[in-house]
Amino acid sequence: MSVTDEAIAIAPRFAADELEAPPLTLRQLTWRRFRRHKMAMFGTIMLILLIVYSFVGALFFTEDYANLTDTSLRLQPPSREHPFGTDTVGRDILARTIYGGQISLLIGLTAMLVEVIVGVLIGAIAGYYGGWLDALLMRFTEAVFVIPSIFLLIVMAKTFGTEIPDLSLLGRTFSGSVIVVVLIIGLTSWMYLARIVRAQFISLKEREFILAARATGTPAWQIIWGHILPNTMAPIIVSATLSIAAAILSESYISFLGMGVQPPTATWGNMLQTASSDFTKIQNAPWFWVFPGLLIVLTVLSINFVGDGLRDALDPRSRAT
Amino acid sequence: MDRTTLLRVQDLRTRFHTPEGTIYAVNGISYKLDEGETLAVVGESGCGKSVSMMSILGLIPIPPGEIASGSALYQGRDLLQMTDAELEQVRGKEIAMIFQDPMTALNPVLTIGRQITEVLERHMGMSHQQAHLRAVELLEMVGIPSAAARLRDYPHQFSGGMRQRVMIAMALSCLPSILIADEPTTALDVTIQAQIVELVIRLREQVGLAMIWITHDLGVVAGLADRVNVMYAGFIVEEAPVDDLYDNPRHPYTLALLAALPRVDRRRDRRLKSIPGAPPNLLVEPHGCPFAPRCEFVIERCRAETPPLTPVAPSHQIACWVDIDTGAAR
Repeated sequence: MSVTDEAIAIAPRFAADELEAPPLTLRQLTWRRFRRHKMAMFGTIMLILLIVYSFVGALFFTEDYANLTDTSLRLQPPSREHPFGTDTVGRDILARTIYGGQISLLIGLTAMLVEVIVGVLIGAIAGYYGGWLDALLMRFTEAVFVIPSIFLLIVMAKTFGTEIPDLSLLGRTFSGSVIVVVLIIGLTSWMYLARIVRAQFISLKEREFILAARATGTPAWQIIWGHILPNTMAPIIVSATLSIAAAILSESYISFLGMGVQPPTATWGNMLQTASSDFTKIQNAPWFWVFPGLLIVLTVLSINFVGDGLRDALDPRSRAT
Repeated sequence: MDRTTLLRVQDLRTRFHTPEGTIYAVNGISYKLDEGETLAVVGESGCGKSVSMMSILGLIPIPPGEIASGSALYQGRDLLQMTDAELEQVRGKEIAMIFQDPMTALNPVLTIGRQITEVLERHMGMSHQQAHLRAVELLEMVGIPSAAARLRDYPHQFSGGMRQRVMIAMALSCLPSILIADEPTTALDVTIQAQIVELVIRLREQVGLAMIWITHDLGVVAGLADRVNVMYAGFIVEEAPVDDLYDNPRHPYTLALLAALPRVDRRRDRRLKSIPGAPPNLLVEPHGCPFAPRCEFVIERCRAETPPLTPVAPSHQIACWVDIDTGAAR
């Protein structure tokens, strides 16, 4: 009996075993762990609700309405017509939190994309090639690290903030400052990710399956993107998720300081800024800052829960099953 | 034997420059491989078997590695002079390699199908669909049941023996002319070893492969190889047809190695013989015969001069100054 005959003879038994207990793929296993993570599920549901709030809510109010000033209605407490009250120039706060939410979430996502692209690119190249290229890229990374990013944010926002013209996307017109804010946040937050990715690449490139891939004639770029990168997805996904929350917070900081997204385009951050411009208003008109503030807190909290859940779910050493 | 030579390696020297000093891993080895022939390379761990193979395929990281000299002619072209891009065309397509540990040689996050089809698409210019069909054929050829379904599986869903079959399927996917097998059965248990060896022998005949089989298991070599190179400390110390090597070993190291083999027909109460001493320190530039410190036949000349490979019988060469039958200089 040759080897093949034997293999064929035992084939039905193998097949039967597989039917009884189909082995879980990595994805199924991750999903199962994630589902059992209560906080993560809470975060996911919360996040979905917030997205629905920002994007479905926009169907009930026009952006013009959100930006409509009517000084006769200034600083009205919550009422039937204005459930969240109005601001100093009589704009409806509910409508503004809806449109501001879109901007804040979009800034979070796009800044995360910028960060992931830059961080992965630099980390992957430094880690895979090593040598002088690694030294150069890592010194550069450290150089960006030591610059206090909040000052960099402010300086860059002040310098470039007004230079970019308005643009249209998804049927809305954004202040050009949105792009500036996204780029600034993305370009000051990629360093941690670059280091994580570099460390992963350094250890993975020594693994035998990479040697095996090279032995089949796989070119370097294919090894980097097709063979090593898929092995580093877990830390990248976790880091990217958490950085969405960080980006939303950063946007709030700079908008709060009046150097982020410029009015009339609303963001949760610049709504807080208008609220804080006068201390008496913080005391006397709490609806002014409670709602955008609450939304920021909820969003950041939910994303962080999701990030924690993903980290536990994607970690093969995690004890949760 | 009148067969065309496929691969001719001349005076290959590979070194590694480490913080502890230079490691002399391969010290001027020369050999050839004919079409359809199976060459076994045996020797203990760290004697340069794998490094010499990885050197000719450009798989040695440089630095710290360095190919200090040598040439490796494959179809009239020197592999050691090729650019990375040229080598990528040879690796996997002309010369394929399989590795010792099938548990670690497959990418854990890519499906088996993806890993096989990628090679086919790159080297054979196949479309994704053609590659998929071919991958099913290949898995069937190496005896993996329900091949089409298993293409979607990840490596961890395969047993060790099955993974080595997958590796073999991948290596043979582009019908290479040479297969380098780097201890492919060492990590497998004995029954699976036998299956893999049998599979390779069958495929070798089907495809008409020439093979270089690296191992430290002389038992596996006997049923598989045409010729054997015995390596010690980065040197080839004996080269002989396989039967000749077992019946009439001429180098003291080979002799000691064969004496250390367990045999079923030997009395069990006798202890296995071991070779006294330790393998040489590769951090020292070789001087004289590398085996001299452990050799029972050693003479004065052994410590002073490195013996070259010289014929002792037709197609049987040894690198030794002594005739082990008489104990006198040759």
